[in-house]
Amino acid sequence: MTANVAQPGGQHKTDVVIIGAGPIGLFAVFELGLLDLKAHLIDILDRPGGQCTELYPEKPIYDIPGLVEVTGQGLTDKLMDQIKPFGATFHFSQMAESLEKVGDGWRITTDAGTQIEARVVVIAAGGGSFTPKKPPIPGIEGYENTSVFYAVRKMERFRDKVVVIAGGGDSALDWTLNLQPIAKKLVLVHHRDGFRAAPDSVNKMRALVAEGKMEFQVANIKALNGANGQLSSLTLNTKEKGDYQVPAEMLLPFFGLTMKLGPVANFGINLHENLIPVETEKFETTTPGLFAIGDINTYPGKLKLILSGFHEGALMAQQAFRYCKPDEKLRFQYTTSSSSLQKKLGVA
Amino acid sequence: MKLIVTDRTGNEHELTARDDWSAMEVIRDANLPLSAECGGACACATCHVYVDEAWTERLPAAQQQEIDMLDFGVAVQENSRLSCQIKMTPELEGLKVTLAPESL
Repeated sequence: MTANVAQPGGQHKTDVVIIGAGPIGLFAVFELGLLDLKAHLIDILDRPGGQCTELYPEKPIYDIPGLVEVTGQGLTDKLMDQIKPFGATFHFSQMAESLEKVGDGWRITTDAGTQIEARVVVIAAGGGSFTPKKPPIPGIEGYENTSVFYAVRKMERFRDKVVVIAGGGDSALDWTLNLQPIAKKLVLVHHRDGFRAAPDSVNKMRALVAEGKMEFQVANIKALNGANGQLSSLTLNTKEKGDYQVPAEMLLPFFGLTMKLGPVANFGINLHENLIPVETEKFETTTPGLFAIGDINTYPGKLKLILSGFHEGALMAQQAFRYCKPDEKLRFQYTTSSSSLQKKLGVA
Repeated sequence: MKLIVTDRTGNEHELTARDDWSAMEVIRDANLPLSAECGGACACATCHVYVDEAWTERLPAAQQQEIDMLDFGVAVQENSRLSCQIKMTPELEGLKVTLAPESL
């Protein structure tokens, strides 16, 4: 898979910006491309596919027309192949942070400072942005970004600190192995003596424990203790031991990702229970030039199916054309018979 | 058959479950707040519930995939299960679960 991936922080102009590079955003590129509309896609993840690649890359999907069985990753790969002729630009690992009206169109700014101006904005954000799960431990928010981190951006921050890592997946184990050499002390806390992480990482962790270089505790984190955002200890709990404290200066909880609507909620769009109401002719919101397709929209009879999102993208593209090329006549054509469409697809 | 669900504010709801539906589907059908992001694929751990102690032994045991996925649950306890993996059958008449806390 080769994609045109932009460096963060740039300034761009295009016809359509799509927020979300899941299957619906990807196929929208195809429908827009047939109408000669260029697209940029923004996604919080570092690769295309959205839920398909983040949640179920290996799981089979059976309800894509014409594909008897395809995995989440397989569908994403096929869509990337299918849209290749249209040269969309991807902005990965970025969150669309603000949306402002500029002339007839829009300017979107991401949390990495990328700015994209476009006549049309399409929100294809599915269930929202994938963000780290935050364990519901009382008061945890008061320690965030000082003692509690959900990602490691700078390893140096953890040098010579008493670090507790919570979780049992690959991130928890990988960071355990990466931070153990530089931390003053490292404790891995997990609710069971078993891990979904790769067995090789688990074996390496167990070897470090056996050598006395780190600790592994089967327990639950019950409370955080400290002051002014500085953690001093954690209260752990097990059925056998009850509550007990372990020293901790840093806590890294790794419990996977969850979907949050995020800044889209502040785009000034009318929302209904975290979904964006649209009409069903163009899948446009109540704000002209702003569309919502896929799982993030709602309308009478809505079904959250990839199938439905593809249809929504096709109808959206028709109206996007009218906005982007107001002086041109929209010509409805079939890929089977149109030599001009076949040229665009690179098959004629 | 009945499925008794305690929500996160402590209110108890007596739901009518249909044979072969998952507990997650029954809970969502009743519009109780359960995100179940992946839609029942055992891939997200956001349909996490606590099973009433009287029922933990009576439920069919969790498969390895569910046990592994619970590593991505928050506030997991010994009686934690993913409700998308609990299939309602007549033997589960009166099953009691509590919605687990969600990610902040």
